[in-house]
Amino acid sequence: MPSLDDLKKRIKSVKSTQKITKAMKMVAAAKLRKAQESAEKGRPYSQKMQNIIFNLTKSINDPQNAPRLLVGTGQDKKYLCVVLTADRGLCGGFNSNICKLAKSNFKKILNEGKLLKIITVGSKGYDQIRREYGKYVIKKFSFKEKKNISFEEANIVGNEIISLFNQNEFDKCIIFYNNFKNVITQIPQAQQIIPAETKDIKKIDEVDFLYEFEPEEDEILEDLLPKNISTQVFKALLENAASEQGSRMTAMDNATRNAGDLVDKLTINYNRSRQASITKELIEIISGAESL
Amino acid sequence: MSDKFVVEIISPDQKILKSEATEVTIPSFEGQMGILKDHIPLITFLRPGIISIKNSDEKKYFVEEGTVEFSKNNLLILSSSARDLSSMSKKFINEMLGQAESKLQESNLSDKEKYLVSYKINTLKEIN
Repeated sequence: MPSLDDLKKRIKSVKSTQKITKAMKMVAAAKLRKAQESAEKGRPYSQKMQNIIFNLTKSINDPQNAPRLLVGTGQDKKYLCVVLTADRGLCGGFNSNICKLAKSNFKKILNEGKLLKIITVGSKGYDQIRREYGKYVIKKFSFKEKKNISFEEANIVGNEIISLFNQNEFDKCIIFYNNFKNVITQIPQAQQIIPAETKDIKKIDEVDFLYEFEPEEDEILEDLLPKNISTQVFKALLENAASEQGSRMTAMDNATRNAGDLVDKLTINYNRSRQASITKELIEIISGAESL
Repeated sequence: MSDKFVVEIISPDQKILKSEATEVTIPSFEGQMGILKDHIPLITFLRPGIISIKNSDEKKYFVEEGTVEFSKNNLLILSSSARDLSSMSKKFINEMLGQAESKLQESNLSDKEKYLVSYKINTLKEIN
C-alpha cells in the first residue's frame, strides 16, 4: 500500500504530464490547420501536371523511343525505395505505419532476389529502418531545421533520385508516405514514381481532341518528367506533414484523456486511504478512551 | 460574345492567379507566343521570360521555367518560379542577375542550359 505522500506525488506527476500532452495537442492542432491548407493548395499543381503527362503519353506512338523516366529501363532488377517520415516522434503510429509498410515491401523485393536501395527522408524513419536494413540505406535526408516544407526541399530529393536514375542505379522507384485523408485517418501509401504509373491517374475531364505540341512531345516530356518527380515528392511531403500533425493531435488527445482517467483513479485511491487512516486513528482514540 | 478566356498560374504551393484575359503572351521554349481566345489545344514549356496577361489592365509575371497547357479556352501555366513583376525589387533582380551571370561562366554547362541562362540574363536586364 503506497503511502499518502507517494500517491500525492504520483497525482502531481500525472497532472503535469497531462499538461504537456494537452499543450502538444493544441500546438499540433494549430500546425495541422496550416499543413492541411498547404497540402490542399499543393494538390492542383500535381494533379494538373499528372493530367498533362497523361495527355502527352496518350499521343506517343513509339514507346520504344519514349523517355526512360516514363517507360522505365525495361528491366526489373534494382529497386530504389524512398521512405518519407517525420523528424519528430510522439505522433502515434505515424512513423511506424510507414516503416511497417516499407519493411514489408523491402522483404518482398529481397525475397524475389532483387537489389534494394533505400533513401530515407526524415530522421525517425532512418532510426527504425537502420536496425534491419541499415546496409541498404544509401542516403538520408532530414529537414529538421526547416519550419515549413517548400518546393526546394522536394527538389533536392527529386534531383537526387533523377541523378541516381541517370547513373543506372535503379530500375524502379517507389516512395512511401502517409496520405492525409482526415484528422483521424492517415493511410500509408506506396507509390511508384519511376517508371511513371499512368493508369491510376484520375482524369479531370475527358479530352477527345488532339493537342498541338511545341516542341515535340518527347522534348516536352523530357522537360516535364523530372519536374514531375519533384512534384510527386513535394506532394508526398505535404501530405506527410499534414498527416504527422493530425496523427500527433489524435495521439496527444488520447494521452490527455488517459492521463485524466489516471488522475481520477489515483484521486479516489488517495481519498480512500486518507479516509482509512482517519478512521483508524479515530478507532484508536475511542478504544483508548473506553479502556480508561 | 466576349473575347476573353480564363488564365491560371499555379505554383507547387499555391494558386498564384486565376483571372480572365483577352491576350496572353508567354515565353515559350521556341520563342514568344501570343495566345488569344479559341487557340487550338496546345502543350508547351517555357524558358525564362515574362508572361504578360492583358485584360483591361496588363499584368506581368517573371518565370524561369514552366509548363503550359491550353484547352477549351483554359490557359494553365504550371511554374515553380512565377513571380509578380511589380513585387520584385531592384535589389532582388540584381542578385538574381549576378547569380545567373556567374553560372554562365561555369564551363560544364550544356548547350541547353547555356541557352536558358542567357535568356534569364537578358530578361532580367530588360526589366531592370
